[in-house]
Amino acid sequence: MAVHRTGNLVGHFHDMEQQNEASSLGMWVFLITEVMFFGGIFLTYTINRSMYPFAFAEASRELDVTLGAINTAVLILSSLTMALAVRAAQVGKRKHLIIFLIATIALGSAFLGVKTIEYIDKFHHHLIPGNNFHFPTTPQMAALDPNLNAHAQLFFSLYFAMTGLHALHMIIGIGVMLFLLKEAVRGRYTETYHAPVEVSGLYWHFVDIVWIYLFPLLYLIDRHQ
Amino acid sequence: MSTTAPITPAARTLPREHYLNSSYGVRSWLLTTDHKRIGLLYLASITLFFFLGGAFAVMIRIHLLTPQGYLVSPQTYNKLFTMHGIVMIFFFLIPSIPAVLGNFLIPLMIGAKDLAFPRINLLSWYVYNLGALFTLYTIVNGGVDTGWTFYTPFSSMYSNSAVVPAALGIFITGFSSILTGLNFIVTIHTMRAPGLTWFRLPIFVWSHYATSIIMILGTPVIAITLLLVGLERIFHLGFFSPSLGGDPLLFQHLFWFYSHPAVYIMVLPAMGVVSELIPTFARKALFGYRFVAAASLAIAVFGFLVWSHHMFVTGMSVYAALAFSLLSYLVAIPSAIKVFNWTATLYKGSISYQTPMLYALGFIGLFVIGGMTGLFLAALGVDVHVHDTYFVVAHFHYIMVGGAVMGYLGGLHYWWPKISGRMYPETLAKISAIILFVGFNLTFFPQFILGYLGMPRRYHTYPPEFQVLNVMSTAGASVLAVGYLLPMIYLIWSARYGRAAGRNPWPSTGLEWQTDSPPPTENFDKTPVVTWDPYDFHHRPDLDLESAAELPPALPAVRPVGHD
Amino acid sequence: MQSELPLFPERASNFAGNVDALFFFLLLVTIFFSGLITFAILYCFLKFRRKSKNEIGVQIDGPAWLETAWIAIPAAISVLLFAWGATIYVNMRRPPKEPLEIYVIAKQWMWKLQQPDGRREINELHIPVGRDIMLTMASEDVIHDFFVPAFRVKADVVPGRSTAMWFRATRTGRYHFFCAQYCGTNHAVMGGWVTVMSPAEYEAWVSGSYGELSPVAAGEKFFTQLACNTCHTGAPQARGPALKGLYGSTVVLEGGQTVIASDAYLRESILQPRAKIVAGYQPVMPTFQGLVSEEQVLDLIAYIKSLTTAQGGTVTHPPAAPGAAPATAPPEKKTP
Repeated sequence: MAVHRTGNLVGHFHDMEQQNEASSLGMWVFLITEVMFFGGIFLTYTINRSMYPFAFAEASRELDVTLGAINTAVLILSSLTMALAVRAAQVGKRKHLIIFLIATIALGSAFLGVKTIEYIDKFHHHLIPGNNFHFPTTPQMAALDPNLNAHAQLFFSLYFAMTGLHALHMIIGIGVMLFLLKEAVRGRYTETYHAPVEVSGLYWHFVDIVWIYLFPLLYLIDRHQ
Repeated sequence: MSTTAPITPAARTLPREHYLNSSYGVRSWLLTTDHKRIGLLYLASITLFFFLGGAFAVMIRIHLLTPQGYLVSPQTYNKLFTMHGIVMIFFFLIPSIPAVLGNFLIPLMIGAKDLAFPRINLLSWYVYNLGALFTLYTIVNGGVDTGWTFYTPFSSMYSNSAVVPAALGIFITGFSSILTGLNFIVTIHTMRAPGLTWFRLPIFVWSHYATSIIMILGTPVIAITLLLVGLERIFHLGFFSPSLGGDPLLFQHLFWFYSHPAVYIMVLPAMGVVSELIPTFARKALFGYRFVAAASLAIAVFGFLVWSHHMFVTGMSVYAALAFSLLSYLVAIPSAIKVFNWTATLYKGSISYQTPMLYALGFIGLFVIGGMTGLFLAALGVDVHVHDTYFVVAHFHYIMVGGAVMGYLGGLHYWWPKISGRMYPETLAKISAIILFVGFNLTFFPQFILGYLGMPRRYHTYPPEFQVLNVMSTAGASVLAVGYLLPMIYLIWSARYGRAAGRNPWPSTGLEWQTDSPPPTENFDKTPVVTWDPYDFHHRPDLDLESAAELPPALPAVRPVGHD
Repeated sequence: MQSELPLFPERASNFAGNVDALFFFLLLVTIFFSGLITFAILYCFLKFRRKSKNEIGVQIDGPAWLETAWIAIPAAISVLLFAWGATIYVNMRRPPKEPLEIYVIAKQWMWKLQQPDGRREINELHIPVGRDIMLTMASEDVIHDFFVPAFRVKADVVPGRSTAMWFRATRTGRYHFFCAQYCGTNHAVMGGWVTVMSPAEYEAWVSGSYGELSPVAAGEKFFTQLACNTCHTGAPQARGPALKGLYGSTVVLEGGQTVIASDAYLRESILQPRAKIVAGYQPVMPTFQGLVSEEQVLDLIAYIKSLTTAQGGTVTHPPAAPGAAPATAPPEKKTP
């Protein structure tokens, strides 16, 4: 049937409670599929890492751990502002909601900015997989893994695939936040109707958590071996 | 046309307003959020792809008439079976029952006005069609020759065909399946009518719940896997290719982690359909209802634990092979539970032999053969011999065509009066059901023998001693083709000229039969309250057994020339 | 000459009888259960036809014992089938003692098969009847699969690793072999014939004149060419471990783990030496991944093996544990 609205209640639901339950459960189910989606690439990473531990450790040293750490902090902070935004929506403080949404968007954009700097840096160092890929190799390293270039390229393939997918999720997240912001400015969210803010918050936290796994996996493991 | 109906004209006319005539025009269909209309949109899309996949199958069977295979070149033959597999699996079987019947029926069966997320439902149809466009593009662009399994490193490094568009098509369509599964799970959890507890749900709903679990857990894995294959092919990132440092068996693990459970995406909904048909036409509650419901979930869960039985001859660890063989037998048990309970339901029933019932019984027979031959494949010692031979081809066609497609057609006939408001021609339908059953067995039974003899699958040419069996199979396929064409013709015909069905023509106990045929846009005039157990004919004085019993064999209201 | 309509494949190996026995048992189980279901359906069909328009079925609540029975009986049969199938499979995967070793290279779309003494064949394999035959296989491109229906055996040939299969032909004759794993355009013609000969005929065939090096001799040649002998001198102070008597023995690794020196271990040690370092040695050996062809790896392994058998080394039996069999990755290996 067509989607008719009565206030905030969409026509095919009985009441707000049912509608909220559906949207929250829907997001959880969606996040389960996201876990399986990232799970496939995490598995690929794990198996390749165990096959070429030396090359992966060497390659991970090319990543800028400071920028990675800054980005981790930025994202954790954005989760905090997101949680505060949800809280503001629940208690109906429109002004606070708008402030915290803007803060979340700003922090998310900062993350993407830092990520862009890192990507550009990799480009300058010929660490983009492809014909121009060149991994700086010392003779000692070559003795341990003569195919270091290929295996390091595998690491960077996974690095770009994993962080790229994550960044894509961030971009979608920021898009969602912009939509919420627009609606919040219009005063759509009240003490009784704020489910969109809540479920978007779930998504935002999920994307954060993915990064919490990516950071140690890509930047930290065996770094000081 | 109602004037020619023999009984109670009032009950035999279509309702004045229903979901089909509530609005008109292309726009009203392409922008609809009505789950019933979206079900019909899916019906149109998948029917197109079914006949496209069927056309590939016809060419394959004609080509195999002679050992040398004169019809097409080896390269073309490889593309034919690949496109047949991709189209039939991803664009017909996986969406078939869930996206058409599930979409149409689940809200009706649980007394809801729509699915929880109507716009996401419409989105899923568009996503499906976007993926379908890529597939059509692949076909126009010369096709793809990797087999539907996309095994690496052949697909990522060696094939000279349109692998990336084909993989992209499947990748995209996967999301439509995820969205459908998500929608069903949330709907079944949150939208049930008052009084409709979990153990009052029809098994059809249980089956779709189980199917949805597989869709949301498995589909993302095939999505990421195909993405990695694409990256390897385009950018030479070596995830799976040994020459680039990757591992080809990792691909197979990831691929079958989805693609084995995907078999249950195809057959579980068909089991759900059969569980509706048998109680209705035996007029008796389903035997062991709770066992059948639990078996659906068990199949969904166990289905995720057996993927490596596709890899027994890859040189995988012996211990892993032993574990996966044992787990594969575990899946057989819930399937056996279902078959026994369906059969037991017939005992002391009041059985009528209308077309949907013929399909249901045909399903049981073919599914038993398909399932039992699965035991051959789970038995390690025998699997080594029959792996990748026509034995496997025959086995999975018994499950997917004999099982899933028979279930789909049975369901389509059974709910056709609800969907279109009109009856299909019963005699013709019975005849084509029998043609289908006979044609199917003629086509695929010889392939079991071919397989044990050792004819490998995906062969465009074969030793001459296999010819007789191949000719038998092709002959059977021509019978089968008739069995598929007939229903398409008469169902379309009956949607216009069939006789009005009334609310509950069989009659049946489900909530979907409590509303008009076709239902109004909002499904029910007022939200139903459920006070009865599923399939309970004994405490339902509202069912009009008397008039309904006369209905099905009756002739159509408008006689076509030369028919019956 | 084959019959026009064969219904059952020829039976020509030690496994064929066992596989067929299980097959027939499965067939019996299948016929029994599908017969049972078909009979029950037809019986109900005739017996419980709807007799009046408003008749409804008799409500029966299924007794618990019945549900239990039809869970328990299939479960019991399943366990039996599993155990039977597993027995055959484990046997297929356990390498025989002192087999005749054939080296097999698969590539799009042909098979290169090499006898122990170096004689090469394309898409033809000659073997003696009654002798254990072991195929050690590698692929140069995509995944292939060696399948002999009359022997009821098949095994994938996976690029990047070596796989193995074995059988003992029990009847002389000519039998089809096929590629059973789809490998591209000419997959269907990538097959040939196995000719099983009496031992005397085989000897005569093998001693026919040819000018090729045996795998062992070729391996020895590469061993020098690739300068392996500069480190693997066999001396106690050498930079590389001694290789005499290595094959089949237990090797102690850096960190105290042990590993059986199987085909898979040798292969890995040549291609990725750093994966497992022998205790007391430095990881100095370069990898030969990409530098040696699959054929050369097989030759090198054959040569290293010959150092054990020729010296009458301490260990003569091949590794017996199925997990360490050449057909599988050894359990220590971290790849799946």
